[in-house]
Amino acid sequence: MSKAIITVVGRDTVGIIAKVCTFLADNHVNILDISQTIVQGYFNMMMIVDITEVEGRFGAMVEEIEKLGDSIGVKIKCQKEEIFTSMHRI
Amino acid sequence: MLNMFEVIETNNMIEQEKLDVRTITLGISLLDCCSSDLNEVNEKIYQKITTLAKNLVSTGEEIEREFGIPIVNKRISVTPISLVGGAACRTPEDFVTIAETLDRAAKEVGVNFLGGYSALVSKGMTKADENLIRSIPQALACTERVCSSVNVGSTKTGINMDAVNLMGEMVKATAEATKDQDSLGCAKLVVFCNAPDDNPFMAGAFHGVTEADAVINVGVSGPGVVKVALEKARGQNFEVLCETIKKTAFKITRVGQLVAQEASKRLGVPFGIIDLSLAPTPAVGDSVAEILEEIGLERVGAPGTTAALAMLNDQVKKGGVMASSYVGGLSGAFIPVSEDQGMIDAVSLGALTIEKLEAMTCVCSVGLDMIAVPGDTPATTIAGVIADEAAIGMVNQKTTAVRIIPVIGKGVGDTVEFGGLLGYAPVMPVNTYSCEKFVTRGGRIPAPIHSFKN
Repeated sequence: MSKAIITVVGRDTVGIIAKVCTFLADNHVNILDISQTIVQGYFNMMMIVDITEVEGRFGAMVEEIEKLGDSIGVKIKCQKEEIFTSMHRI
Repeated sequence: MLNMFEVIETNNMIEQEKLDVRTITLGISLLDCCSSDLNEVNEKIYQKITTLAKNLVSTGEEIEREFGIPIVNKRISVTPISLVGGAACRTPEDFVTIAETLDRAAKEVGVNFLGGYSALVSKGMTKADENLIRSIPQALACTERVCSSVNVGSTKTGINMDAVNLMGEMVKATAEATKDQDSLGCAKLVVFCNAPDDNPFMAGAFHGVTEADAVINVGVSGPGVVKVALEKARGQNFEVLCETIKKTAFKITRVGQLVAQEASKRLGVPFGIIDLSLAPTPAVGDSVAEILEEIGLERVGAPGTTAALAMLNDQVKKGGVMASSYVGGLSGAFIPVSEDQGMIDAVSLGALTIEKLEAMTCVCSVGLDMIAVPGDTPATTIAGVIADEAAIGMVNQKTTAVRIIPVIGKGVGDTVEFGGLLGYAPVMPVNTYSCEKFVTRGGRIPAPIHSFKN
């Protein structure tokens, strides 16, 4: 299984999770784990997702989800998991 | 499983502390392009580079996008051209045609620098080596992306003082040939002692003759990350300080290792080495000088600078070595003046002099780097500066280098602007007493004795 980490940061508003999840469902991306908090009105979410189904067009999906973030007014990043595991796990 | 704290830490490093992979450098051997026919050599070189490096830039960009880590430069290093062109080039002008071919190939594949317009003359010069060296001023003036380096000494062979003297003249001639661009040519010319075969960083990168046909070398960076980590260790003792640097260097290097493996897999080219260097940029917060100031110096150049740098350099290596399977290249903290805002400020304030920089090069990679000096500095004085650096490298069994820019038409108090990653620099004063009779004696300085160390 190939995994990616999605982070969403920005001012809280209605429907952030709904829109992100709809986008992921449309792209055949399965959500494995979600953690989410709100600190001083700021929405902070991290998702671990399975990207096995999007392997070939992952780069394009990264750009699309960034654009989705712009349209909601939050910052969304989608990165392959290895950048984090290589840094934090021996 | 990963937690949010770790993910945020990594992304803060990238977004706020300017963590990046400084360069993916594709080393290409051009030894199979040798021929006695100059046109054939040029054609083969162009074909080989544009074929092997066709996907270098796009692959780099793909990795950047997928992992969310900036890869600032994609570059190429090639076999020293004095070897490749030796059979075909009869004159310096013949070598210039190869420089033009390299420039054309670099532009075709979209890399911003291509290194390897080089000669290795640590003991003696062949006719081809000498022709290449004499062609450097013209080659750097008529090309945009080609970088040149010359190795004039090593611990095993001593220092080739004929080459040192010649390089003094060539640095001066390169400055003259590019004077309408503030002598920019000299920013692309490095004089080495103990040059490594697998250095991914420009301007000194070349693909050594002991290397495979093609290889991926990666240079990591991250002075900003180290500085921010050290802010949290203010007032703590050296044990805590060293631990903090090591842990940070480990994390930075792991990212480099990941990118190197990915690039190697996707390009189908073997992975060579990771260069564990703290490479600054002119951006504020991406400075080695600022790390030294965070360690406790009022300004870089103050007494204690050499000790602080020695410690920093050693801890970066200790942390980085465990993070990568193969470490090589220069691996240490870079102290280029024009590419580091903290260094520029220290020079402007008079805190940092060439002599102090020279002392600093004894304990770190690489050498006197990106230093602007008055345009009327004699060639023999530049040769003297090169000889001093080479001696430090030779005796201490380390790589040292000189990238000095005598800016034609400018003097102490003026500033030169090189642009982009090369930054800007105040012109620094050089000792005006002559060393002409020393550097023009001719011959070699013998290799040092390796026994009786004390």
